Order: sequence, then structure tokens, then C-alpha cells
Amino acid sequence: MKNEAIKIFQKKKSNILEKWMTLQLQDEGLREDLISNEDLRIQSEELLSSFISTLSDANIEHVSIDDFEAVKDILSSISISRAKQGYSPRETGNFVLTLKEALLNTLSEEMKDPEALYKQSMFINKIMDNFAINTFETFIKGREDVIYRQTDEITQISTPVIRVWDGILALPIIGTLDSARTQVVMESLLQEIVETGSNIAILDISGVPAVDSLVAQHLIKTVAATRLMGAECIISGIRPEIAQTVVHLGIDLSQIITKSTLASALKTAFTILKLEVNKKQIVKHH
Amino acid sequence: MTTMTPVVLNKDSMIIAREQDVVPFRNRVKEHAVRIGMSLLNQTKLITGASELVRNMLKYGKGGIGMIEILSKGRDNGIRLIFADNGPGIPDIQKAMTDGFTTGKSMGLGLPGTKRLMNEFDIKSEVGKGTTITVIKWKNG
Ligand SMILES: Nc1ncnc2c1ncn2[C@@H]1O[C@H](COP(=O)(O)OP(=O)(O)OP(=O)(O)O)[C@@H](O)[C@H]1O
Ligand SMILES: [Mg+2]
Repeated sequence: MKNEAIKIFQKKKSNILEKWMTLQLQDEGLREDLISNEDLRIQSEELLSSFISTLSDANIEHVSIDDFEAVKDILSSISISRAKQGYSPRETGNFVLTLKEALLNTLSEEMKDPEALYKQSMFINKIMDNFAINTFETFIKGREDVIYRQTDEITQISTPVIRVWDGILALPIIGTLDSARTQVVMESLLQEIVETGSNIAILDISGVPAVDSLVAQHLIKTVAATRLMGAECIISGIRPEIAQTVVHLGIDLSQIITKSTLASALKTAFTILKLEVNKKQIVKHH
Repeated sequence: MTTMTPVVLNKDSMIIAREQDVVPFRNRVKEHAVRIGMSLLNQTKLITGASELVRNMLKYGKGGIGMIEILSKGRDNGIRLIFADNGPGIPDIQKAMTDGFTTGKSMGLGLPGTKRLMNEFDIKSEVGKGTTITVIKWKNG
């Protein structure tokens, strides 16, 4: 190893760690509720060791980021776990930026020749900036994962099966009926049919913004599955603009009982079950 | 006046890489449609067509990019959507545009149906290079 900066880093490692820790703890944004100082030190030490041991004469001069895969992996896992724990981007970014500060600071204390110091500082800058960008990318990815997980959770909770009448189930569908959603809807519907011995299921799509060929196919499949269970399925809540669009697309829903409102679907269900709803006759006594 | 080309007032784009991108893209299209005062029926046709093309891009084109442009032509405003992917391309466009033709065990309605829902529809595809589909829906079209 001839590179002066590497020699300095190796010699001053514990010193750098102390500096880095001080800088991190100075940051007003640091949340002690999310990580203990002890854990922060362990994370920091792991990263610093990995970084210093990866540095070589070759990669410090021609920043070859591929050499730093191991360092990046540590950094990525820290960023992702921070994103999931609810850290701010600032806190996460500061983790790398304070390391850069500690490294540059150490170099300037140890190196006497200004030209050499400038050169080495530029290398460190370049590597660290690259890490910083990487940190933000993975941090955002971590946040996206959180969003996707929440989407899945919403899918689960937003498909209630309602027993509107003895033998009649209603399923209001709100949002898009994608493949995952259809699976959930179908499973809970079929299960309720078995459990309640219902003969009719009403699928209300008032809350579905668009019926494209995929959604239509899912509806058709759900109706077919319901019929296989010996029950009838009515689709209600088809708004006029949806009806026209479906026709233009060329989708054939003629095999399915469709109604514009939940009320008219319920009426049809009563007819199928031979039920009659009457206004109570008030008999006047003289 | 008949050969007037539309002016692009505003541009927006989104990368489409997974199924979770379908709804956000469609919502973005809807926002723009509402902003130019498009009728509810035309909005519904537009987002349904957008849905078809985005889904095709995901299913057959390995994802791609969806672009939204607000157009102005004379007194009318409209929305142009461009879907570009670097997927396998479509060997026989005429066949793909036929009702019921599918290589994905589906209904084969996405392309021909979307053409019926839009005012303008253009498809360019090259095998091994990718597919670009451009559609326009006018506010009062
Ligand atoms: N972006 C694309 N890249 C490659 N091939 C495509 C693309 N879009 C469509 N195709 C081809 O064209 C065919 C017809 O597409 P279309 O959307 O009309 O029907 P589908 O997707 O098969 O069924 P549906 O849309 O009714 O669910 C597809 O099956 C596929 O082979
Ligand atoms: Mg399709």
C-alpha cells in the first residue's frame, strides 16, 4: 500500500470512528428513540471497517465503485431498515455525510502537502458522494416497499361480505379489481356462501372507477365460480358511462344479471327467492 | 384549417414497471382529463383505454413508459397518451387489432376495443425492438 490516505485511515481508524460518532450525535435531527447509541456505534464501526479494508491503491485513484459492493450492501441494509423504521431522509443521509466529514477532517490533520491533500480529498469526496446517492436510492426503495405492503393490507380489509338478507349476500367493491383483489374477493365470497348457505350474491361495483377487459374478466370468473357453488350472482352499480365504455370495448356481459343500483339488484334477488315486500296495510276499525 | 396540428400545452410521464403502477398512472391521466374539463363519459373511455394499453405493456412488453400530453387544437382540448416499450414487438399488427385475437389466453379486446374508445389511434411495432402506441381523446370528441 503506497497511498498515503489509506495508510492514514488504517492508522487512525479508532480516531475516525470517534469523530464520526460525535458528528452523528451532534445532529439535532437524530432520533434516540429509534436507535440506541450502542447500536449506532456497532453499525458505524462495521461500515467503517468494511470501507477501510476495501480501499486499495487502485480503487482510491480510479473510483471503481464495483469494488465497494460489500460496503454498499451494509449501507443498503442500513438505509432500508431506517426507511422502514420511519427515519427521515435527512437522518439517513447524514449517516454517510458525517462519515465523509470525519474522513476529510482526519486527512487534513495528517497530511502536510496541500496538493496531495487536495487530490486525496477529491477521491474521498467522489466515493462518499456515490455512497450518499446509493443511500438515498435504497432509502426510497425501502419506503416504496412500505407503500406496497400497505396496498396489500388495504386489499385485505376493503372487501367485506355483508349479509343483507337471509340467503342474500352483498359485496361492495371499492377501487380496482386487479388479480390480487379478485382472489381475495372470490375467496371470501365463496366461503361466505358456504357458511351462510346463501343462494344469491350481489357484487356492487359502484366504487370501481373503470371496467377494462381485465376487470370484466375477473367479474365473469367470479360469477362463474358463484354459479358453480349453486348460487346466483348479480352485478349492480353499473354507472351509465361504465355501461357505454364496456359496450365499446366489446365486452359481452349478457350472460350476467346486471343492475344499475344495489336496490334494484335486491329487488331481483327477492323475486328469485319468491319473497315479497309489501307496505303494511293499516286496517281501520269503526 | 383542416390540417391544423395540435399544440402540446403540457407533458407528463411515468415509468410503468409493475402492476402497482397501473392505478397511479390511470389516476394521473384522470387528473389531467378533469383539469381540461373532459366529460365524464370521455374520461371513462380514456382511462379505460389507458388501462388496457398499460396492462398490455406490462404483460407483453416487459414494462415501458407512459406519456401524457395535453393538446390544444383550435377550440378543442384533448389528451394524447403515448405508450412505448422495448419489448418483443408485434409480428402481425393487423391480427393483433382483430377482436378476439390473443396470445395471452385473454379476451383479445384490449387493442381493438381501445381503438373504438379513442378519437385517434396509432400503433407502430417492430419485432425485437418494441411497440409504441399513441392515442388521442378530445374533450368534446
Ligand atoms: N405492447 C405489446 N408488446 C407486444 N405484444 C403486444 C403488446 N400489446 C399487445 N400485444 C399482442 O397483441 C395481442 C392482442 O392484444 P389485446 O390487448 O387486444 O388482447 P389481450 O391483451 O391478449 O387480451 P385482453 O386485452 O382482452 O385482456 C396480445 O395478445 C399480444 O400478443
Ligand atoms: Mg390486452
